Amino acid sequence: MVRTCPFDPPEEYRTLREQEPITPVTLPEGTAGWLVTRYEDVRKILTDPRFSAKRRFARTGDPTADDAPAPPPPPGSFIVMDPPEHTRFRRLLTGQFTVRRMKQLTPAVEQIVTEQLDAMAEAEGPVDLVQAFALPVPSLVICELLGVPYADREEFQWNSATLLRLDASFEEAQAAQQALHGYIRRLAIAKRANPTDDILSDLVRTGELTDDELAGVGALLLLAGHETTANMIALGTMCLLRNPDQLAALRADPALMGGAVEQLLRYLTIVQFGLRRTALEDVDLNGHKIKAGSTVVASLTAGNRDAAHFTGDPEQLDVHRPYGPHLAFGHGIHQCLGQQLARVEMKAALSALLDRFPTLRLAVPVEQVPMRDNMLVYGVRELPVTW
Amino acid sequence: MKIVIDQDRCVGAGQCVLAAADVFDQRDEDGVVVLLDALPPQESQSQVEEAAARCPALAIEVVAE
Repeated sequence: MVRTCPFDPPEEYRTLREQEPITPVTLPEGTAGWLVTRYEDVRKILTDPRFSAKRRFARTGDPTADDAPAPPPPPGSFIVMDPPEHTRFRRLLTGQFTVRRMKQLTPAVEQIVTEQLDAMAEAEGPVDLVQAFALPVPSLVICELLGVPYADREEFQWNSATLLRLDASFEEAQAAQQALHGYIRRLAIAKRANPTDDILSDLVRTGELTDDELAGVGALLLLAGHETTANMIALGTMCLLRNPDQLAALRADPALMGGAVEQLLRYLTIVQFGLRRTALEDVDLNGHKIKAGSTVVASLTAGNRDAAHFTGDPEQLDVHRPYGPHLAFGHGIHQCLGQQLARVEMKAALSALLDRFPTLRLAVPVEQVPMRDNMLVYGVRELPVTW
Repeated sequence: MKIVIDQDRCVGAGQCVLAAADVFDQRDEDGVVVLLDALPPQESQSQVEEAAARCPALAIEVVAE
């Protein structure tokens, strides 16, 4: 399936959602599975404990190895765990990302945003908005929160990107995973000796996690904390620049930004290939027999454009649209841990960017903006802008 | 309208606080939902229903009285 517009999912998703919302498919690794495209069904799958977040298959790239059980997930990788294991890790972290904590963090985020925009304003356009702004802001924030030196970013950004690349070989992904884990493990051990005021040190202080678990949790938070928001900031900016009426509405009434962020999240749904679950037993899903052990892909992208659920026209971006629960952060017990942070970052970044650069525009024709079609997290590879 | 929360199910996503901050809060130590008002006034009904609909862990139940 291929996108025909940079902001819309491939056409086939709409056809499937309307005609065959629970579809047998061949998964990229060559095995049979199911693709679920309706909003209500996506929510159902993601909240039903009969569907496990554990991976059934290893990412070996070998289609003949379809009955090979997946190796156990790396320690601490709680996005691929079920309760009660998952609960143990999540509960250690949820206190760090509450609505209140993230509100308290807002001035610090705004400060980082201002500094990046100051530096960007000194350059003569065009600049790449990804490198100048969209990536540094969430990277600086998550580094500060976790207690990871931002100076090390080249190493962990490269490894994170490798883990999100669809065309990375099994060996490349393994090497990136090990490098990232090794890096956080060394940091965690250092913090055990000299704790500082950050999440990694707090986790060390709980005494609940082994060094390997700390490495797994830390690597996950670091990757999830900068790749996702960075892509929402850059792609969100591009999307607003290409929807001038929406941009004008936002500029005229900055109070719309909170709602606009939710609509951009829904409309762009950058976790573009959906979430995988494995049936633990035979499940009857609207008359379809999902056999125990089958993989089901719940498409967040398709669900978030479901006209049977969303009122108005969900295929349009409308910053005035009243909030309705969307799937951009997933659903169920694995719903994004850092979503309140993402909201604070997006709001601060987009508001200040629009305010600071009233004549911001793309510096190349839209067709020339390179898109992240082969990445688990969608977005732009670079975004040349000028003002 | 009566609200029943299930703290064991809660995953601390904070959706309920965004939807109805007068009715729901999160514990500082682990982000788990705290009910500020189990019998909220009728005018907050739509916000409370939104909180229940947004909850990813199905930890909020609204019981009509």
